Amino acid sequence: MTKAGTTVAAAPAPARAVRLPRRRGVELALLVLAVLLSVYGYCAVGLARTGTVPPGAVGYGAGLGVLALFAHIAVRIRAPYADPLPLPIGVLLNGLGLVLIYRLDLETPGDRAAPTQLVWSTLGVGLFIGVVLVLRDHRVLQRYSYVCVVAALVLLLLPILFPAVNGARIWIRIAGFSIQPGEFAKVLLAVFFAAYLAANRSALSHTGRRLWRLQFPTGRVLGPILTIWLLSVGVLVLERDLGTSLLFFGLFVVLLYVATGRTGWIAVGLVLAVLGAFAVGRLEPHVGGRIEDWLHPFATIEAGLGPNQLAQSLFAFAAGGVLGTGLGLGHSVLIGFATKSDFILATAGEELGLAGLAAIVLLYALLVERGYRAGLALREPFGRLLAVGLASIVALQVFVIAGGVTGLIPLTGMAMPFLAQGGSSVVTNWAIVALLIRISDSARSQYDGVEAP
Amino acid sequence: MTEDDGRQAPVSERNRGTVTECDDQEAVTEYGGLPDSGRPMARYIRHACVFCALLLAALLVNATRVQVVRSREYDANPANRRAAIARYEQPRGDILVGDEPVTGSMDTGEQLRHERTYRNGPLYAPVTGFASQTYGTTFLEHSEDALLSGTDPVLSPLPLWNDVTRTRNRGGDVVTTLNRQAQEAAYRGLAGRKGAVAAIEPATGRVLALVTSPSYDPAELSGNSEAVESAWARLNHDPEKPMLNRAVRQTYPPGSTFKVVTAAAALDAGVVTDLDERTDSPDPYRLPGTTTRLTNEGDGCANASVRDAFEWSCNTVFAKLGVDVGVQAMTDTAQAFGFNDTGLRIPFAVSPSTFDTRVDKAQLALSSIGQYNTRATPLQMAMVAATVADGGVLHTPYLVERTTRHGGETVAGSGVRPGRQVMRPSTAARLKELMAGVVRDGTGTRAGIRGALVGGKTGTAQHGVGNTGVPYAWFVSWAQTEDALEPQVAVAVVVEDASGDRGEISGGGNAAPIAKDVMRAVLGV
Repeated sequence: MTKAGTTVAAAPAPARAVRLPRRRGVELALLVLAVLLSVYGYCAVGLARTGTVPPGAVGYGAGLGVLALFAHIAVRIRAPYADPLPLPIGVLLNGLGLVLIYRLDLETPGDRAAPTQLVWSTLGVGLFIGVVLVLRDHRVLQRYSYVCVVAALVLLLLPILFPAVNGARIWIRIAGFSIQPGEFAKVLLAVFFAAYLAANRSALSHTGRRLWRLQFPTGRVLGPILTIWLLSVGVLVLERDLGTSLLFFGLFVVLLYVATGRTGWIAVGLVLAVLGAFAVGRLEPHVGGRIEDWLHPFATIEAGLGPNQLAQSLFAFAAGGVLGTGLGLGHSVLIGFATKSDFILATAGEELGLAGLAAIVLLYALLVERGYRAGLALREPFGRLLAVGLASIVALQVFVIAGGVTGLIPLTGMAMPFLAQGGSSVVTNWAIVALLIRISDSARSQYDGVEAP
Repeated sequence: MTEDDGRQAPVSERNRGTVTECDDQEAVTEYGGLPDSGRPMARYIRHACVFCALLLAALLVNATRVQVVRSREYDANPANRRAAIARYEQPRGDILVGDEPVTGSMDTGEQLRHERTYRNGPLYAPVTGFASQTYGTTFLEHSEDALLSGTDPVLSPLPLWNDVTRTRNRGGDVVTTLNRQAQEAAYRGLAGRKGAVAAIEPATGRVLALVTSPSYDPAELSGNSEAVESAWARLNHDPEKPMLNRAVRQTYPPGSTFKVVTAAAALDAGVVTDLDERTDSPDPYRLPGTTTRLTNEGDGCANASVRDAFEWSCNTVFAKLGVDVGVQAMTDTAQAFGFNDTGLRIPFAVSPSTFDTRVDKAQLALSSIGQYNTRATPLQMAMVAATVADGGVLHTPYLVERTTRHGGETVAGSGVRPGRQVMRPSTAARLKELMAGVVRDGTGTRAGIRGALVGGKTGTAQHGVGNTGVPYAWFVSWAQTEDALEPQVAVAVVVEDASGDRGEISGGGNAAPIAKDVMRAVLGV
């Protein structure tokens, strides 16, 4: 696709012998670095708080290291050509998340979340290994797209049967573990969207009405997908989980655009988004309040009621400045409720500063970029759309929650991928990374040095 | 480029189009160049990728806004608890009397971690003030707060060091000039009666004792619990006003003790040249321009000499003397002693003592005997006695001997403070003579100390509507051991609800014994 690529294509037979480097050594080196960085963070917390290296440091490092090693071995066996970056990024973000949660546990001795999170991380890596080992080709998923969508809808509907937690019906509690089924639904929906759009992209892009320079599709093609989308968003509004509905919406629009190249989709998407936001903001006092908080984060202070969570979050970020207070030395616990989940980024912002926050955002950006790159490299549309969808899930999710806690957009409850407390989220994100590994392996192993006809 | 270009162009065109668009060299090395089988989806993938990159870039721009641009504003928001948490994170520095700290810190384990404690709180309350997590700080706790809490940059080992490490120094200590024995003697002497004592070392201005009574325990206000709030309400509504620092923040009519100032003005102005010469002063004295007749408590004041009039505290003589000296000279002398000075800090602010400069002769006559609008803090009257004792030189009083880092290394000393000549040395010498006479055989005999030279002046100040209030008993004095070159201590005592006769006797009777105990404590005899 590039000049260099054209040159390769023009070159005679010997180019066929060229094999892409596997780069598993790079991956291993980066994994060691990621584990060491996480252990260093863990030790830094202990040193700052008590002046001693915390006793669990060795166990923590060993645990994370073993998880990373198993994942690496699985990749070596079944995905030797995979991109070497996603796995170390996942390990580093997950390790850093554990450090931040452990650090916040010190402030709430009665409520320790890090051990649970470690269990969930193990499950997540287990799922990663399972996916890498079992799923030999991502295209298999295309066959199960309708199974995926049914499963996604069931998962989304399931929490309605359970009592609401903190005003949102998105959790189900089983044996002491709370599970957020909507998280798993994200991946399933991405698979469905990718499969459906891959199958129908010509119909979607070539038919329909043209208005000015925008081309709109016909209702016949649009029907099914819009129905699914409306259904999932409707369910989410019922469950009051606006972050996830925003995420689904964004995912839907991005994939439609990529599949068809119709700018009309963007226009339709924006119009729908504005209408939806307006309607929900009007009808739902819960959402209206969030928008008020976003516009006037210090209104409660001026009213003499003390700072609300968003104001406390802004204070935490501001206290961090450029270099941060250092791990274990901030006071982000002032945020109160949801410090370890929705507001985990505030702890990172306060204790690691803008420098650390930028590093974290760049890690996410790198992960997203690797996903897009894998999508670019594939030839078949399903894989491309799936890679783009999974990468976009990460990007949109980071934007929605990080933008929320820093006051860029209205706050919606959502988990920071890998960092935040929340088992379902960690497991889901490991599944995303596993799929990206699988897709990038396909992309790179298919490379034969010859441009396809 | 519209989407139509790609769709309608031939395949070769399309590929070339994507080639020029794609500047991604790495894609080739990693994945190889792969053509698109149908529409150029790669382009749309790139657009979507740019969109995601923009989202993440927006996050970083916004994070910079919050963490850098508006950081200071958010840090300074009063609802942000971080400043308070940092302030109480470490133990506060101590205030020392001699080598002994009179304060401490208690680790509560709460969010605002350290709370102030006080040893002998009521005794030192007028000096330390309180350091409350709820109500702020007062007195030394307030004026030395930066040092005690550790924010003072002089505490850092290197300039800007703390800005780099983002740490706070351990709070420094404040060593006071107080004399423990004098302070205790004064507090014991007042014995819960309303009043105050101030004692100064005349040669330097060091404050040796600063006592107010009744007092309170500042430890009650240290924390942030509801008990602190109720203590605050109780102390503020207490009619005895235990939180009022009477030694420096309450002014009283100084009454006859002000005659020291009047005498100094008269001697300096040359109105009086011979202390033993009979003055031309009638008894009773009709205030100029009025029909009001000023009388004395005792007899023998008509035409009495200045020495007799001082020893027996004749109002008529000194009222006339003030009028003879005139407003200008009286004002000059009073202000040289520190009256009307609004800027005195020791290092906390002292309420200004007043001498009215816009008076007619009748008012001047009353002002000259410490009535009308003449008002003084006990500290101000101690300064008057100290100035006489130090040959007419006034040393501005101060309470902080030195400040140290945690561990004792001196940060700043009090330094040498030059005095101010208030009156001629000869005038001071003659005033010393007069004051010694008061204690030897005048109204202040109860302040006499065996083995020491003591000079003093009693006062009984009337106040209230029609002078119906219980008079204030005053005594100002200085003392030196017989072998000393100059007095080592000057004291002013005021007792508000002085019992006994409404006469000079209460100044000598109620206040003088307290002054005596304080002076003995300083002299060690």
